Amino acid sequence: MSDTLLFALEAAANGLTAGVMYALVALGFVLIFKASGIFNFSQGVMALFAALTLVGLQSGQIPFSHLINAIFGTRLHYFGWSLPTLVAIAGTVLVMVAFAWLVERYIFRHLVNQEPIILFMATIGLAYFLEGFGDLMWGAEVKRLDVGIPQGMSLAVDEATFNWFGYGFYMDTLELWAALIAAILVAGLVIFSQYTKQGRALRAVADDHQAALSVGISLRFIWVMVWTLAGIVALVAGMMWGAKSGVQFSLSLIALKALPVLILGGFTSIPGAIVGGLIIGVGEKLFDFFMGPLIGGATENWFAYMLALVFLLFRPQGLFGEKIIERV
Amino acid sequence: MLDTQPEEGYTTADGRKIGGVAMEMRNITLRFGGVTAIKDISFDIRWGEVRAIIGPNGAGKSSMLNVISGFYNPQEGEIIYKGYRRPRMRPYQVARTGIARTFQNIALFEGMSVLDNIMTGRLNHMKANIFQQALWWGTAQREEEENREKVEKVIDFLEIQHIRKTPVARLPYGLKKRVELARALAAEPSILLLDEPMAGMNVEEKEDMCRFILDVNDEFATTIVLIEHDMGVVMDLSDRVVVMDYGKKIGDGTPDEVRNNEEVIKAYLGVTDD
Repeated sequence: MSDTLLFALEAAANGLTAGVMYALVALGFVLIFKASGIFNFSQGVMALFAALTLVGLQSGQIPFSHLINAIFGTRLHYFGWSLPTLVAIAGTVLVMVAFAWLVERYIFRHLVNQEPIILFMATIGLAYFLEGFGDLMWGAEVKRLDVGIPQGMSLAVDEATFNWFGYGFYMDTLELWAALIAAILVAGLVIFSQYTKQGRALRAVADDHQAALSVGISLRFIWVMVWTLAGIVALVAGMMWGAKSGVQFSLSLIALKALPVLILGGFTSIPGAIVGGLIIGVGEKLFDFFMGPLIGGATENWFAYMLALVFLLFRPQGLFGEKIIERV
Repeated sequence: MLDTQPEEGYTTADGRKIGGVAMEMRNITLRFGGVTAIKDISFDIRWGEVRAIIGPNGAGKSSMLNVISGFYNPQEGEIIYKGYRRPRMRPYQVARTGIARTFQNIALFEGMSVLDNIMTGRLNHMKANIFQQALWWGTAQREEEENREKVEKVIDFLEIQHIRKTPVARLPYGLKKRVELARALAAEPSILLLDEPMAGMNVEEKEDMCRFILDVNDEFATTIVLIEHDMGVVMDLSDRVVVMDYGKKIGDGTPDEVRNNEEVIKAYLGVTDD
């Protein structure tokens, strides 16, 4: 096999793992959009908030310690214990459930039957609120997140590919794990939505609110459920990105990477989010590999958006989205 | 009310048993802002009967059905269901008390197949927890099989076997209406509410639908409340009829009684634009 092909393969493999991460973020959007028609601008901030909470619980940080210190002149920072990762994750899930409940109770319950644009504005407000709240609760400094997944070059992949092709691929262990966990999560979500009562109810609500009510489905329960699911997806995304590059406020910007994925895959399709994520992940790596040297590199920053633009021109409903039919 | 019929039920001419009072509406008044959609209406629904609500356009028939199914909450009056005063409920809670309905403008899950649509009607009969369901284990498996069996029975009954796997969005109007009825039936309701089940159908489809409604009532002893425009159809189908006009009740009784009611004749002939 020629060297170029091998390098391209390596780039594509790395693109796949990156793509799974994009898919994960996009999935959070799709879940909420499908069930309630809300485009949740705060999905990225939810990932940040979940990661902050996870680090905070894990390291035994005292919530609101800066606020408390400022008011009472104390010097509190840590409880002095640290939680095992799994316990901290469970605690964070509980926090995300509470968050979902609060969001339904205090925001969207009051906005039933409003225009989509108003719901969208509400999520923008929610995003800013949550960003500030996370800051206040856990502090603004960059935090290191260690969930026990090894980082650095994967020797297993290196060895295996060396034996096959005579050339060892470089792949990050953390990214491999992230891809695996994301894949399990996605499979779990698909099983949940296709084969359980709650999943069937979720699909029903996504399709027709009135009809769902008439067969005895509580809309509020379903909404709290999807926000919880989106919170869990956000937690996994925040955990993986946080472990890779530290938990910091720029984490909320990963939401921007999900937009082209959504445009590619369609806003209402779970498989679409997955395939869209993979296409963008692989596409941007390959494009950079082949075209990068010709046009001065750094194409990864804009390739996804350009691809999204092309899609908007020729297939605005995305690959798997519901077809837009205009009846006259 | 009706003193022509005994309190504890009777048998109809065609041999169906009509029981005691299933639901009683007492002095229901419903307002939307300044508009009064329903003015102080009382009537009852007996177990096993086909009860029709008729009236000209805008008479408040659909509003009445929405009150029964909990989509609207009346400002005044009370609903006695199975002997107890029903508290304020949300539509999904009403559905869980065994009241199923169809809608005037079909409300189906367009993205799902016919089978999946009908299966949603069984949601409230599923008790297995989420892990059992996801793993297809224990109670979940038995339940799913039971539910599938019930759903297949409904499918056979309504003669829609040939479209089981078809996405609902592709079906013609008449069949959609039938699928909606199937979904409501799958819930094994105590009371079935049909909002204009025959609206927009051709003669053949209407005849089919009539037959299904009568069969449902006959075979499952389901109590049926229906709204219909087509007077002929109503008179053939129903045991008793409530007539509404401008939100008020102007008649109540057997089809024959209603047909000869002065006010009813006036409302129908006076309002039509000929």
